[in-house]
Amino acid sequence: MATRAEMAVEEQRGEVSVRASGESQRGYNRGVPGDTGVQGQGGEARTRMEPMIEIRKLNLKYGEKLALEDISLDILKHQVTAFIGPSGCGKTTLLRCLNRLNDLVDGVTITGTIRIGGTDINDPNLEITELRKRVGMVFQKSNPFPKTIYDNVAYGPRIQGLPRRSAMDEIVERSLRSAALWDEVRDRLQESALSLSGGQQQRLCIARAIAVEPDVLLMDEPCSALDPIATAKIEELMADLKKQYTIVIVTHNMQQAARVSDYTAFLYLGTLIEYDLTKQIFVNPSKKQTEDYITGRFG
Amino acid sequence: MKRFWKSGDPFIWLSGGALAFSLIMVAGLVILVLMNGLGSFWPSPIARLTLADGKELMGQVAQREKIPQPGAPPGAAQRYRIQVRVGNRDLYGADFVWVEEVNIVRRDFPAEAVLIERQEWGNLYGFIKEVRDGDRVVARGPVDGWKGLQASLPGATSTSKDIRRVEKKDIGAINYAQEQIRLRMKKLGMRDREASPEMAQLQQELETLAAMYRVQEARLAELRQSSVQSLVVSAAGDKEKELSLAQIVRAYQPNAMGLWAKSGLYLSKIWEFVAGEPRESNTEGGVFPAIFGTVMMVMIMSLVVTPLGVLAAFYLREYAKQGAFVSTVRIAVNNLAGVPSIVFGVFGVGFFIYLVGGSIDRLFYPEVLPTPTFGTGGILWASLTLALLTVPVVIVATEEGLAAIPGGMREASLALGATKFETTWRVVLPAVMPSILTGLILAMARAAGEVAPLMITGVVKLAPSLPIDGFWPFLHLERKFMHLGFHIYDVGFQSPNVDAARPMVYTTAVLLLLVVLVLNLTAILLRNMLRRKYVSSTF
Repeated sequence: MATRAEMAVEEQRGEVSVRASGESQRGYNRGVPGDTGVQGQGGEARTRMEPMIEIRKLNLKYGEKLALEDISLDILKHQVTAFIGPSGCGKTTLLRCLNRLNDLVDGVTITGTIRIGGTDINDPNLEITELRKRVGMVFQKSNPFPKTIYDNVAYGPRIQGLPRRSAMDEIVERSLRSAALWDEVRDRLQESALSLSGGQQQRLCIARAIAVEPDVLLMDEPCSALDPIATAKIEELMADLKKQYTIVIVTHNMQQAARVSDYTAFLYLGTLIEYDLTKQIFVNPSKKQTEDYITGRFG
Repeated sequence: MKRFWKSGDPFIWLSGGALAFSLIMVAGLVILVLMNGLGSFWPSPIARLTLADGKELMGQVAQREKIPQPGAPPGAAQRYRIQVRVGNRDLYGADFVWVEEVNIVRRDFPAEAVLIERQEWGNLYGFIKEVRDGDRVVARGPVDGWKGLQASLPGATSTSKDIRRVEKKDIGAINYAQEQIRLRMKKLGMRDREASPEMAQLQQELETLAAMYRVQEARLAELRQSSVQSLVVSAAGDKEKELSLAQIVRAYQPNAMGLWAKSGLYLSKIWEFVAGEPRESNTEGGVFPAIFGTVMMVMIMSLVVTPLGVLAAFYLREYAKQGAFVSTVRIAVNNLAGVPSIVFGVFGVGFFIYLVGGSIDRLFYPEVLPTPTFGTGGILWASLTLALLTVPVVIVATEEGLAAIPGGMREASLALGATKFETTWRVVLPAVMPSILTGLILAMARAAGEVAPLMITGVVKLAPSLPIDGFWPFLHLERKFMHLGFHIYDVGFQSPNVDAARPMVYTTAVLLLLVVLVLNLTAILLRNMLRRKYVSSTF
């Protein structure tokens, strides 16, 4: 764990750099989001704002191709942070760095540090499975296992070696309730997960991810395959879930980012252009590129 | 016209026609086999034919055909001949005769004509003359004789069953025990412990067994003495035959039977065929040992081929780094499926039987040598050879199943903190199960129908005992076995009595089809159960 003092220093530097980036020559933003919004939430809120994830000078190469360049940002606890940007800008790659899912891809090299809850996740001594238990993920396309609904949710706890049946029932029910799916499936827990509708499947994936009680929930375009009603349900759910989890969401849909997120990071061609309170980004972006993208002039 | 081609209709007709043609061919084959096979159990009437030269014949008409007349003027009357199964091989020398229809003066179907199926020498056709008990005549004439036969046949049959049971079971067990003791003594002898107390004890056991054997032998003699009833049958051509009732498998008067009686007889003959032991060098009796051998061989093969193929496929698809080497392996595996099966048979002989089996014999059964135990063909080696033959099928099917599993499913599992192994075991394996079963179905279908490699790795014409029996260790994997496919070849093409064996070829083919069908249906049901459990996405 980084000490309080260190964090305070980091935060300060972040603020400074945000301000500096306003007239920065380097063309990217870094650090903690701008202070305006934070102050707007009052002094009390301000003390709660400890960063859950700290990314520093992250570079990622696929072979020779630089996919992420010098990304630094802090993601705050119990907030929804959205990554937006045009296709191929590295949003998903950045997200997958956070649970090291990029390890599966051949020829990926990563430099820089990512700390989650103070732990360096690229530490070779760190068990990757431990990391992934703390950082849950919901994917773009819902991917329930070809098992029963119950077994889908129970999968993570079982992997962790939780054998007790009664405890498992409790976890399953709680997770499904948290994912706002319990009332729809309570009578058919032993049916195949694949018999659910697309929106239900995606909520089941959320339930499955939170059954292991992670600290962070990564969502990779969770609504891109869903209709507006299912999307609305999941967005509603996110507002609830952020009380317990730190949520990072990648989205193509700018309205969605504006609706659900507290903070927004705009990425372009592998670099972080701007990172600020969502309100700030959408109402008064400090970068021309951001404004162009948000107003639909490119991307 | 061009529009017509462009519309694609001709192609639909062409492909539909190809399918219809294939289906008709297959259906035709099945119908032909079924008709010839199942028809042969029906008791057809016994005809008495009087020929122009005054000779008499009696038997069942087997077939009728046109006589080719190359030099005949056009418009000349067609001439036909019929093949008659006259039976009585011991009296006439041959089971079948051809008769030209123009030579037949009279054809009638006497109700008293009797057909007797015997343990030896095939069918006997004729009229009952006398039923005897020793030297005493019990009944005389076709009508009284038939009644007398009906009365005494059940007792005689049960006596002959007793005799066979004593021979096979009781004396067989003693023989088996004696053989075991002899082998143990030989083993002791090889370790230079001929004077040990153990040896003396074995000697004593051997003597006890010999005494037991004498008891059984006496019982057998007694049983044989009691079966003195016999039957005298007068056959066409002024011949007479006396045979012991114990020799009779079944006797009936087909001309006097109604439809119900014939149906009952038909079913009992089918049952005998399915559940009985073969007689008369396989041309009569049942094929139960062959069914048993086929099913057991396929089972053992499945037990071997499934884990082997699945593990290989998992390594190729899930763990190996995809590249030129893996592609080469994959191509090689695919090509392996095209190697002629006899080549696998030769490999089975060379590797499994001589090398592996021979080594096992030297290590574990030195006391039996030079008689081989595992160093000769047997059901285990045949199954392993077939497993090798069918493993590419399982590998390919499993690999295709693995490739079809969305990568997202694996990622989802990994993202929940599962290791690669946990992902493979708990997510990938259940998801690929239907594909594995598909591969297994194909493998079983191929294995059940394969004959060539089996002929040299352990199938025999007539196996004295089944691979499973009551003697420890109950499962005898080293034993030779019978197989339906080989049975067809043997009966149809290696039999001395081809005409009599022809129905057996068809019926055995029907049975082989049925066995394959049942094995496949079982696997398909299992697969559908798995699939239903995880109904496909309703997106």
